Amino acid sequence: MSIQESLPTALADIAPDPGAPVDAPRRTFRRWFRETGWRHLVGIVMLVFSAFPLVYVLSASLNPGGTLLTANSLFSNFDLGSYIALFQDPLRPYGAWFVNSIVIGLTTSFFTVVLCALAAYAFSRLRFSGRRFGLLTLLLVQMFPQLLAVVAIFLLMSAIGDIFPALGLNSQIGLIMVYLGGALGVNTFLMYGFFNTVPASIDEAAKIDGAGHARIFFTIILRLVAPVLAVIGLLSFIGTMNDFLIASVILVDPEKQTLAVGLYQFVSQETARNWSVFAAGAVLAAILPMALFLSLQRFIVGGLTAGSVK
Amino acid sequence: MTRPTLEAGLAPLTPEERAARRKQKRAEAWAEAAGAGWKVWLVKIVCLGIIDAMAIYAILVLLASGNWLVPVIVAIGVVAINVVYLSPGMLPAKYLTPGLVFLFVFQIFVVLYCIYIAFTNYGSGHISTKDDAVAALLIQNQQRVEESAAYPVSVLEQGGEFFFLVTSPSGDAEIGGTERPLEPAPDAEFAGDRAVSLPGYTTLDFSQIVSNQSAIAAMAVPISDDLNEGTLQTRDGSTAYQYISTLVWDADADTMTNTTTGVVYTDNGNGSFESADGQTLATGWQVWVGMDNFVRAFTTESIRGPFFAVTLWTFAFAILSVATTFALGLFLAIVFNDPRMKSKKYYRVIMILPYAFPAFLSALVWQGMFNQDFGFINQTILGGASIPWLQDPWLAKLSILIVNLWLGFPYMFLVTTGAIQSIPDDIQEAGRVDGAGVWQIFRHIKFPLLLVSVAPLLISSFAFNFNNFNLIYMLTGGGPRFAEASINVGASDILISMVYKVAFVGAERDYGLASAFSIIIFVLVAVISYLSFRQTKVLEELN
Repeated sequence: MSIQESLPTALADIAPDPGAPVDAPRRTFRRWFRETGWRHLVGIVMLVFSAFPLVYVLSASLNPGGTLLTANSLFSNFDLGSYIALFQDPLRPYGAWFVNSIVIGLTTSFFTVVLCALAAYAFSRLRFSGRRFGLLTLLLVQMFPQLLAVVAIFLLMSAIGDIFPALGLNSQIGLIMVYLGGALGVNTFLMYGFFNTVPASIDEAAKIDGAGHARIFFTIILRLVAPVLAVIGLLSFIGTMNDFLIASVILVDPEKQTLAVGLYQFVSQETARNWSVFAAGAVLAAILPMALFLSLQRFIVGGLTAGSVK
Repeated sequence: MTRPTLEAGLAPLTPEERAARRKQKRAEAWAEAAGAGWKVWLVKIVCLGIIDAMAIYAILVLLASGNWLVPVIVAIGVVAINVVYLSPGMLPAKYLTPGLVFLFVFQIFVVLYCIYIAFTNYGSGHISTKDDAVAALLIQNQQRVEESAAYPVSVLEQGGEFFFLVTSPSGDAEIGGTERPLEPAPDAEFAGDRAVSLPGYTTLDFSQIVSNQSAIAAMAVPISDDLNEGTLQTRDGSTAYQYISTLVWDADADTMTNTTTGVVYTDNGNGSFESADGQTLATGWQVWVGMDNFVRAFTTESIRGPFFAVTLWTFAFAILSVATTFALGLFLAIVFNDPRMKSKKYYRVIMILPYAFPAFLSALVWQGMFNQDFGFINQTILGGASIPWLQDPWLAKLSILIVNLWLGFPYMFLVTTGAIQSIPDDIQEAGRVDGAGVWQIFRHIKFPLLLVSVAPLLISSFAFNFNNFNLIYMLTGGGPRFAEASINVGASDILISMVYKVAFVGAERDYGLASAFSIIIFVLVAVISYLSFRQTKVLEELN
């Protein structure tokens, strides 16, 4: 209890809240607790709930040779051995998984952004017959995630593989193509809403100055909607990193697989024994998405809210 | 709301005006096309060239395999792409085509294909056409002919494939491969009585034979076009023997006859050969089975029971997930939305971490923590208890909800915080003046306003959880498995993980049934989205 009591009051002493009532510079403990103290109590409970799985996995990763059982004593050891062991088993090509995930994720998110920006520009700036129908269709398609048709995707890819082995089953390019198929349905609406907030007078002015549609698109509109491009790129990257279903169906060879598929198989084969190695793999795999997410968090939450309301 | 107003005047136009406008548009389009630099054109031509080359190759391969519908579709698609990018004008199409191509092939087409598969018996043992099935049966059931002559054989290699160069009993050389019945090879060179090499092929030496032993032992070279005549097979790479199938295929009567037992198997119309007493041969072929898969899903007791349980749990899971995460998120948003409270942002950063951590990893980590014998929860938090968190049907469901609460509350917290802060103060002030208490203000003013702005997000959260495959599959794997089920399904499976397990996990793969389940999910999702669309105003805002 002493920590909970002293920490907030100490902070209050150091930095008096300018918004606090003037007549209560020294509140009694009871009053403090009734007004804000219990909130800190809730906060501390939530801190423990949110952070302990992450603390646990970090601690397990620093305990080389550790099993699930030894991982239970938190931070009993501090050694990077598991991180080295991670890269040394040829049957478990973690390095390849990592590179695959990053490459597939970045490629997919780049092309997703390009395809969606092109489509959103057409819907937002051009008027053509079938425009409303197209928007409605996209809205409808959005409701049916691609993974529902995973059986058909698998059979289609194996048929494509008979003609173009480089694009069919067990091909990363093929996997990226499948992801791009889901790109338009999911993200165009978000982008369409954002494109609409850019005043059309800007491109009219550019048109009068003699700019063609391509120039307007690439040099004016794309610059103005850069934040939403970043958000969609990031969401698509995280979504691709997280996908297990389609990747596990399409990628067969261990050295072609992604982190989600590889780590899942690793865990299901030897959960208890090599837990610290898995934990190290999980920590490394999480760093990049978490860093990206936390740095762009403000935009993401705004984007998510805007997309679904518009 | 700033909407683009490119075509402000929408007053009815006279035909002349319309013609003039069309002319002007065409002129603009030509100017546009002429204005594009040669670099743009070069990129365009190269890209189109690659696409066309690939399409022509695909069309030729498909035509060669006797297919005509798919090549026609590919041809139409490619011509359309060329027209769009080579002719001036058609601006919207130029922008939409790249995305639409992928959308059509990998989203719309696969859904239609999925519907088609749901009406077939596609799956293990029913993969290919009837001809392939007959050939496979004849090869699989071969036995060495007792009095077979010994054929001296040399193994040749060309383009990564192996062939047998056989010296027949009459002393002539013949060559053949797995897909290629024996044919005379007059150019063969002999060493003694034995044909050893053929121009254009490489003869494998002993060490190469040893290193490719399993591939060579698996080869069965048909003696002639008629598969009933049997094949040549070798165990050692130097002598081959004649193998004849115990099954005999009678194409005219459409029957398979087992020569050792005398049982006659006939085509049963469901893609298998069946004997009079109901025995079927293991390899069948793909046929249209109509509503059979759906009938099985709804009437066969060992499938219907688990299927209904899974559907119920899918809804319960999605609804409870949204309810619990929203309740916790809202509670926290209210708790931390007090201006008097300090150091809120530190709490916020930590509480967002579960949302930022990749979801598949979270499920795997929690799966370790919930382990019955060694897990953190049983061993450390509960002091050595042995609670079967993931093995008991109800505890597995509870575990899933706990983990999903951990995964989902930060999002709800962020969203509801935003929504609460956007509620104007004067409304609350007015309530207070009218004598409403804190609870009444929340219940009758804040909460309804909050719900209006958050409702669409709750619906999309529901839709996401309805198909939250990663969490279920990585945490419990859908287990514990239903004891009475004839398909691989467990108590904590949701519909999408059931589809995956029926189609891809285990030896018995049933693509037809899995697709039928997918169609059922489609229908459920369609109904839910229709209802939710009617509630929200999305459609009205579309213009």
